[in-house]
Amino acid sequence: MENIVNLTITEIHKLLTDKELSAVELTKAFLDYIDRIDPTIRAFITVTENTALAQAEEIDRAIAQGKKIGLLSGVPMALKDNLCTAGVKTTCCSKMLENWVSPYSATVVEKLQEAGAIMLGKLNMDEFAMGSSTENSKFFTTKNPWDTSRVPGGSSGGPTAAVAAGEAIYTLGSDTGGSIRQPASFCGVVGLKPTYGRVSRYGLIAFASSLDQIGPITKNVRDCAIVLKAISGFDPYDSTSVDIEVPDYEKALTGEVNGLRIGIPKEYFEIGISKEITEKVLKAVELLEDLGAVCEEMSLPHTEYALPAYYVIAPAEASSNLARFDGVSYGYRDENAEDVISMYKNSRGEGLGPEVKRRIMLGTYALSSGYYDAYYLKAQKVRTLIKQDFDKAFEKFDAFITPTTPSIAFKAGDKVEDPLAMYKSDLFTVPSNMAGIPAISVPCGFAEGMPVGLQIIAKPFAEETLLRIAYAYENCRGTEVLLPDLEVN
Amino acid sequence: MTEYEAVIGLEVHAELKTNSKIFCFCTTEFGGKPNTHVCPICLGLPGTLPVLNEKVVDLAIKAGLALNCEIAEFSKFDRKNYYYPDLPKNFQISQYDLPIAREGYLNIDVDGRQKRIGITRLHMEEDAGKLVHSGDSITGADYSLVDYNRTGVPLIEIVSEPDMSSPEEARAYLDQLKAILEYTDVSDCKMQEGSLRCDANVSVRPKGSQKLGTKTEVKNMNSFRALQRALEYEIERQIEVLEEGGQVVQETRSWNEARGITETMRSKEDAHDYRYLPEPDLVPLVIDVEWVERIRQTIPELPLERKKRFVEEYGLPEYDAGVVTSSKKLADFFEACVEKFGNPKEVSNWIMGELMRLLNANNMELNDSPVTPGGLIRILELVKEGTISGKIAKQVFEEMFNTGETPDAIIKKKNLIQISDSGELEGIIASVMENNPKSVEDYRSGKKQALKFLVGQVMKETKGKANPQLVNDILLKKLSE
Repeated sequence: MENIVNLTITEIHKLLTDKELSAVELTKAFLDYIDRIDPTIRAFITVTENTALAQAEEIDRAIAQGKKIGLLSGVPMALKDNLCTAGVKTTCCSKMLENWVSPYSATVVEKLQEAGAIMLGKLNMDEFAMGSSTENSKFFTTKNPWDTSRVPGGSSGGPTAAVAAGEAIYTLGSDTGGSIRQPASFCGVVGLKPTYGRVSRYGLIAFASSLDQIGPITKNVRDCAIVLKAISGFDPYDSTSVDIEVPDYEKALTGEVNGLRIGIPKEYFEIGISKEITEKVLKAVELLEDLGAVCEEMSLPHTEYALPAYYVIAPAEASSNLARFDGVSYGYRDENAEDVISMYKNSRGEGLGPEVKRRIMLGTYALSSGYYDAYYLKAQKVRTLIKQDFDKAFEKFDAFITPTTPSIAFKAGDKVEDPLAMYKSDLFTVPSNMAGIPAISVPCGFAEGMPVGLQIIAKPFAEETLLRIAYAYENCRGTEVLLPDLEVN
Repeated sequence: MTEYEAVIGLEVHAELKTNSKIFCFCTTEFGGKPNTHVCPICLGLPGTLPVLNEKVVDLAIKAGLALNCEIAEFSKFDRKNYYYPDLPKNFQISQYDLPIAREGYLNIDVDGRQKRIGITRLHMEEDAGKLVHSGDSITGADYSLVDYNRTGVPLIEIVSEPDMSSPEEARAYLDQLKAILEYTDVSDCKMQEGSLRCDANVSVRPKGSQKLGTKTEVKNMNSFRALQRALEYEIERQIEVLEEGGQVVQETRSWNEARGITETMRSKEDAHDYRYLPEPDLVPLVIDVEWVERIRQTIPELPLERKKRFVEEYGLPEYDAGVVTSSKKLADFFEACVEKFGNPKEVSNWIMGELMRLLNANNMELNDSPVTPGGLIRILELVKEGTISGKIAKQVFEEMFNTGETPDAIIKKKNLIQISDSGELEGIIASVMENNPKSVEDYRSGKKQALKFLVGQVMKETKGKANPQLVNDILLKKLSE
């Protein structure tokens, strides 16, 4: 068997349809690989070997019967452990849901199942998606495949590390303030946060409902376009999903960016950013200019307020969303509690981790009578200003380019004691969540031997623009998949 | 001694008559084994999202219009956060600062005079589940069981202005509100099934004073009678406190039906901070003029209008018209009978008499009984044409109420046809006279009331089937012979 680590969706599709490889062989190869490599990477919380092989057999039967299979049929993938999967544990990497099995599947999971995807398992994350390193996982910290002493980023650190380590062809993550893009940048993979409403949130265990979006994590831009198409679209089970036609995103991958107007917001290069990262990003900008894009420095003046406002709104929503974890009808319960109040207190006190509790307290405070106007309402106003910044700038520009993160992946343990330093790694990713607009992180070289991410931001529902620019850049940079050498033989 | 007046405002929760719940597809049917009318959404399982049932909005608009409210072009849902085991998400989706309807009113009739009671607001929300404790309260119980069947059943909350000044007015307001919600088919308003619930805000002040006194909120009144009793008690209690030089404490009190008193439930200091926040999982609700107009077309004649029309069109006394229009079903029943048979007063007598007596005695709603307008009309016709007597008619009606058989079948089965054959009656009368010579003598000697006794004897002899007019005539003739 050839090296499965570097395979992409289109390559696998060709192997399967040419009958050079069966879905079962492929799945077995992945399961073996996970067996060997995951003790080092620690991306998987649950490996669903049996169901994966059963799904693979089904695909092989379809191929044997001469049925036409879709691009994602037989392609092994894995899911962040906050996406509900019927019959398979969905833990949110919390003691609270350690043994919880959802009776239903998320809409995106159903869509992928219908597309013939093979689910290898569920992936590690910061507890309830709160964190930037996977160090808040109740179970263990995932390692960055490029340097296992460093974090993969978070909260979708499992999904990005799994793709970077070649343990899955693609994964799905969720992004509330950068939880797909920041770890994609740290792990050197492609991660996209769609427009708010592009992808159904039904079955994504909510962190902050007005900010959460599910998105693909892949090795390259083409795979990203393929997966995005498969998971997008209106869902009657999610009122905030939008009924706008889903384009064939692959068609945007022309390599052409001639005439596109790209803004370079200066605020993103001013605040504590490493020099090497600036250089890499600006080099990418030059490449795009060479391809005919019109790039121009500009300003998004309210950028610096996005992070503090985010850390009011997201915890406020979280404090309400996570109130349901009370030990009454599912999840962790303190069985020794004497009455209902102590059952609530103990179940939540013991079942939820420190970062989750910190954010619940922040949010509860921000919504309390007497503080609401000063915090929540004010943060909402800031959110409006950030949106207006973008709206105004979009009159002149098609997209913006920024670094995805101010620094490369940090060492495990470095920021655990300093929540504010940890929060700051979301500095550049938070504004697009606040504005509900799409953004992608694409690898753009290395600094200190670690991947650097380039962030592209576009108008609402202009994922095609993101993918067009990202693909043109990737094409120009060299399309070979860059993965760490993990020496797994 | 100071004379006091009460200031009362009511908060009424009514379950909406939809087939499915407010945010999912589960049935709203009452009853059912515990936790069978549930799904991941109304159980609030992780990852689920609410989707608004449009029928709920239709009914809320309808109720708003029937209560003369302004319908908000733009409204939204909010989360009301509090912990309780009957609330699976530990927040209730409700409407806070932008309710669907506001600034309406309804008119009540008390002692023949009309009063307008303001409606502050009307909003939509989801119901909670039901707890059963193994002890007498959640804190004292060894364990508690929860049934989520009711979780997510749609409710409207209707908040009145503090415009009522007596328990009678509060009762009249609730009566009228219930009638309006029933007429418009918005709610079943069954207090015993909890589909209509009522809390009251009560304060007292010296008569004539403009300043409001400190109020208490009274909860847990499960019937119209309980509302009136609880208010009477609470007003009396507050007056006593003031008379003794004390101050009314702002608090929530619970009506104890068994003891007939209100008791402290929680003080102002213990009041919840609900930490309302806009519900991010639902988009704001935009209601255009067309939607409102479409609903307006479906609003039927409302109870007070109908009462007025019954007085004018059918010449019913005010009282009769009020009773007959107190529920839409009764009023429809009345009109169906009058349309075919005429004689509105006779029809209303039957409805207010026999029909309501039997409904009340059996604790039934009109819909649950087999009596139809056709059945009553047939009985009235049979009386009119002399086939049965008025007395027998009541017997037939009760039989019809109990068995659902037609009047003709009952009459035939029980052989109740009136004896109007003079020959047959003359024979019976002759024998009655023969057996009661004293009464005959009494009558003839001027004691005219003896006739009544003799008629009674004939009726007894014929098991009530004799045509009373004919018996009377024949007896008179024979007695004067």
